[in-house]
Amino acid sequence: MRHAFLIHDDADDVGVAVADLEASQDVTGVYMNSGKTVGLKSRDAVPLGHKIALRDLAAGADVVKYGVRIGRTIIAVSEGDYVHTHNLKSARW
Amino acid sequence: MVAGPTGYRRSDGRVGVRNHVAILPVDDISNTAAEMVAAMIPGTLALPHAYGRLQFGEDLELLFRTLIGNGANPNVASVVVIGIEPTWTERVAEGIARTGKPVEAFSIERHGDLKTSTAAARVAQGFLQDAGELVREPVDLSDLWISIKCGESDTTTGLASCPTVARVVDQVVNAGGTVFFGETTELTGGEHLIADRCNSDDTRKKFLTIYEDYVRMIEEGEADLLGSQPTEGNIRGGLTTIEEKALGNIAKTGTVPVVDVLEPAVAPTVPGLNFMDTSSAAAECVTLMAAGGAVIHLFPTGQGNVIGNPVVPVIKVSGNPVTVSTMSEHIDLDVSGLLSGDIDLAAAGERLHEAVVRTANGRLTAAESLGHREFVMTKLYRSA
Repeated sequence: MRHAFLIHDDADDVGVAVADLEASQDVTGVYMNSGKTVGLKSRDAVPLGHKIALRDLAAGADVVKYGVRIGRTIIAVSEGDYVHTHNLKSARW
Repeated sequence: MVAGPTGYRRSDGRVGVRNHVAILPVDDISNTAAEMVAAMIPGTLALPHAYGRLQFGEDLELLFRTLIGNGANPNVASVVVIGIEPTWTERVAEGIARTGKPVEAFSIERHGDLKTSTAAARVAQGFLQDAGELVREPVDLSDLWISIKCGESDTTTGLASCPTVARVVDQVVNAGGTVFFGETTELTGGEHLIADRCNSDDTRKKFLTIYEDYVRMIEEGEADLLGSQPTEGNIRGGLTTIEEKALGNIAKTGTVPVVDVLEPAVAPTVPGLNFMDTSSAAAECVTLMAAGGAVIHLFPTGQGNVIGNPVVPVIKVSGNPVTVSTMSEHIDLDVSGLLSGDIDLAAAGERLHEAVVRTANGRLTAAESLGHREFVMTKLYRSA
């Protein structure tokens, strides 16, 4: 596997796993807009298609994907964390 | 590169890719007679649906537009209309007849199902024989009005299948063609991106009015969209919020400007990317866009929506490697190579373009070959 996750945009806070990821692994992501790569250590298991945090985020912070806000964190999130409904909520309803 | 596309050029100049003889019930209680006709004359297509009685106002107008629009769709060669009462039945038949295609109306009252279906079957038989003589001719890609809507989305739709569809949307529109998108609910979080792409202040105002009316309806109602948007399937697939789902959805609309805003089941008058105010429920949305005149539907799916439509071939595209292997009978194009990096977007777009041409030339889609015929009315409010 050349990369474990994909990232839509430079401004994004999260990447998307392209295979099931295990916790505590060194994983590589590819930016789809530039082809640039980024490495980090997964803190949680992340299923295929689910999100991994690219950086630390405070509770209540905007979370950006596609270069656009997709919601806000409910609790603080660390780089490498699994990001889903337990720590991210819509800012719309 | 496959040859084509080809299609059936109808008397109103529009191009279809199927040659159906439709048996169209005006109302739910005429479904049985319509299905009797289709059983007597195999090869005709009954279009049963759930509504059509005691509707009124805007809801009734939408029913008429949906029925007339589907009958008028260029994928339909000719239509037998069957309703319980003559007035509404004639109204639907007259609306379809404006295209110039053969139409005949039958009403059941004072005759009963058996006499009505026998008389209608004689006409349907002639229509079917005549339709068999029509031949596909070479047409331009821009002659094919295309609708787009995704379903059972997950993060792979935003990464792979939606951007693949976007390539074809740009290609068709840049060639002078017409594309419809909709799903008013599923623009939430990205509505500003669509507003920015509107080609005029007037188009932008029309779009934002429809979008804001929808948001007001949600805010004023008791209903909670949490649990409906995103759906359980979306969440299982990794989508967390409506904004995230909307951005994936919008990824399929390409880069071209939005040229007009349409009420549901209304035909576009301007070529280019048209927004139609629709539900995000797949069968309702595809039926409304078919009524607007779309002849091929491109359907990105992540977790595996199985929808089809009786009038319009639905081409399913998925980039989810689990879905394309566990639900392969439903998927027309596998673009999971975009996730692994084995193919690039240009190659994926070219494969979809080829799938569109082959479908136009007569290849059955996965949904057509499985017999998926979801023909579903959009209901605005309860009947009288």
